[in-house]
Order: sequence, then C-alpha cells, then structure tokens
Amino acid sequence: MTETKTLDVRGLSCPEPAMQTREALLALGSGTLIVLSDSFTSRTNIERAGNKIGWKAEVTQADDETYRITFTK
Amino acid sequence: MRLLSNFLTSRWGPILTGIVVGVLAPILVKLGNPGNMGICVACFSRDIAGALGFHRAATVQYIRPEIIGFVLGALIAALLFREFKPRGGSSPLIRFLLGMFAVIGALVFLGCPWRAYLRLGGGDWNAIPGILGLFAGIGLGIVFLKRGFSLGRSRPASAAVGWVMPVFVIILLVLLLAAPLFGRDADGNPVGPIFFSEKGPGSQYAPLLVALFVGLLIGFLAQRSRFCTVGALRDIVLLRDAHLFNGVLALVAAAFVTNLLLGQFKAGFAEQPVSHTNLLWNFGGMVLAGLAFTLAGGCPGRQVFLSGEGDGDATIFVFGMIVGAGVAHTFSLASSPAGPGAYGPSAVIIGLIVLTVIGLTMRETRAA
Repeated sequence: MTETKTLDVRGLSCPEPAMQTREALLALGSGTLIVLSDSFTSRTNIERAGNKIGWKAEVTQADDETYRITFTK
Repeated sequence: MRLLSNFLTSRWGPILTGIVVGVLAPILVKLGNPGNMGICVACFSRDIAGALGFHRAATVQYIRPEIIGFVLGALIAALLFREFKPRGGSSPLIRFLLGMFAVIGALVFLGCPWRAYLRLGGGDWNAIPGILGLFAGIGLGIVFLKRGFSLGRSRPASAAVGWVMPVFVIILLVLLLAAPLFGRDADGNPVGPIFFSEKGPGSQYAPLLVALFVGLLIGFLAQRSRFCTVGALRDIVLLRDAHLFNGVLALVAAAFVTNLLLGQFKAGFAEQPVSHTNLLWNFGGMVLAGLAFTLAGGCPGRQVFLSGEGDGDATIFVFGMIVGAGVAHTFSLASSPAGPGAYGPSAVIIGLIVLTVIGLTMRETRAA
C-alpha cells in the first residue's frame, strides 16, 4: 500500500497554498493528496486550483482551525 | 445572509465587487474626491500620512474616511462570518519594507493598482504604461515565487494583534471629526497635530458620511469576495485562474460607463487630474509597486481588508505604506502633475534592488 502524501500549507500567504497544491498534484499525476489549510480563503483557492486540473476535492474540518482537503484522481 | 455570502465567495463575488467599486468611485469624484481618485489606497495612505504630519506636503493632507470604512467593513464581514482570526509572524519587518516601497513606487506613478484601473476607466491613457509596469512587476514577483520565495508562515496570535488596525482607524475617525489643534508654531498660532489641506487634492473630498459608507460597503464585499487587483493577474499566470481578473475587468468597464454617464470621461494623455505624462516613470514606478504587492501576497486594498480581519502581517504592511508615503514626500520621491520628483527615479531603482535581494533570499523550507 502506498502512503498518502500530506501537504501542510497552514499559515502561508497567497498564492503559496494554491500554488504548492497545484505543483504537488501535477507532480503526483494521480492518486490521493491531503492538503491542510487554516483559512477559508486558501481552502477555496486550493479546491479551485485542484479542480482546474481535474482532481476531485473533498473538504472536512479537521479541527477548529484546520480544513483537510482530500484530492483524488 | 448565507446566500449572499455564498454568492460573494463564488466566481461572481469579485465581479460584483469590481462593479460596485467601478460605479461608486466615479460617484465619489462627482461628490468631491480628486479626479479619477474616487478610491486610491496609496494616495489615501499618503493623505492620511500628511494629515498626521508625517510629511508636510500641504496639498495632500486629509484623513480619508474610505480607508476607515474599508477596515471596519472588512472587520464586520469577518466577524459576521467567523473569519476574524488574529494572526501574525510571517516576516513582519520585511512586510513593513514592502509596504514602504510599494507606496513609493505607486506615488511615482501617482496611484495604486485600483487607481490605475480607475484612471483607465476615466480615459487617462497615462494609466496604460502604469498598468503595463504593474504587469511587469507582478511578473517579476511570480519569477521569485516560482523559485521558492516565501515570507514564511503566520501563526495564530492573541486577540490584541487582530484589533490593532480596527482600533487605529477608529482613532483616525475621532481625529478626523475632532481635528485637534494643540500644537503651536513659532508665532504661537495653533497648528497640528492634525493637518488638513486647504488647496490641492487633499482639500477635495466627498461628504464624510458618504465616503465612510462607501468604504464600509466595499470593505464588506471585498472581504467576502477576496477582491484583489494584484492576485488578478498573478492567478491567471500561476494557476490559470481568471476569477479575480474578471473583477478587475468589471471594475474598468463599470468605471468607464459611470464616468461617461457623469460626463467625467476625458480621453487623452495631457492635463489629466493628478497625473503626469512621463511614460518611463509611470511604468517604472508601477514595476516597483507591482513587485512589492506580489511579494506581500496582495494589492493594497487586499492588505487593508486583511488588516481588518485580524491579519497582523497585513497591518504591518499598511503601516509601512503610511510611513513610506511620508518618506516619499519628505525625500522628494513622489511625482506631481509636473512629472517625477527629483529623487523618484533613484528611489525606484534602489527599491527594485532591495526587493530583488528580498525576492531571491527569502524562502521557506517546504514541509511536504
């Protein structure tokens, strides 16, 4: 079983969260990537960046401060 | 309320915000603001710096209620939608410098990106080299971002950090209303600490309550929609995402139509309000500003809105803009309608060197 990669972009300013997500997803090609984000703005940008390149995003609230965005393709 | 918020965070949010800015800014001009300066975050920071006595350019001193409204509107939206999050610690000192250089570059052009687009919508073609410079500056910033530039992570902070800017603008509002004069000049006449221009752009303003209300409305909308005039181009290049850029297009279109309807549209290069015709430094000033805004993560408006939702790093950037505006005028860096200030071009070159060093050396080890 392959390990699921996690990308932690909490605390980073725009556009780094979406940019790093996009780079990580492009590098991965397919599979699963979990992104941790701490702001609603970044969360929507991250989702949008992934959707643009054909990944499906599922968002859950990991805790009060953290969104967990799970990308699959 | 939830419906409104969903709409504003959708791809329509920046478009609606752009239309509201594009319509209301020329109306503020009609009601008294300087020409094509319904809203300009750089010019208004400069006016505030002047009103506080941080520079003594007598024509550009006024506490602009629009900025007060921006912060409080963003604060209200952030509190309502539980996005008020005190945070900070992402290279604050560098952000202060970026704010200073951003406003110096903007004052060489004579406008922030918002005003560049508003000037375009008013027919001031000097905005075109400025906007091209802005694009070049953003492009340069993107090169640094791609090489791994980062100001590092912010961390959650105590509530006090988040309230600095809201409290600061409330104090500004009190100073605007009270206009205290408890200083004395050499002859014993009352002077300062708050200065208001008697002529020039600083003496031109829309009625206080109207300006404040427009500020509040735009602050609210922009906090929800994340409207950003620098992220607009940046996201097209980096993320192939045009949703913020649509907001800018909407702003220019709405400003153009509103100016036409109000009889304020005047096409050309010469004799445009608060504008000069030097192509090179209209371009150069905005290269510096565009680079500084890109490295800081957003346009000056966006920084002001973030400062209203608890972002201490954006607050530092805004304070950097106010101090930088003071420096721009005391050191003869800012342009005037006659052309660039004596040392404006040198300041732009120094700024570009400093920002290049910052752009190449600031990076964060990526935790994958």
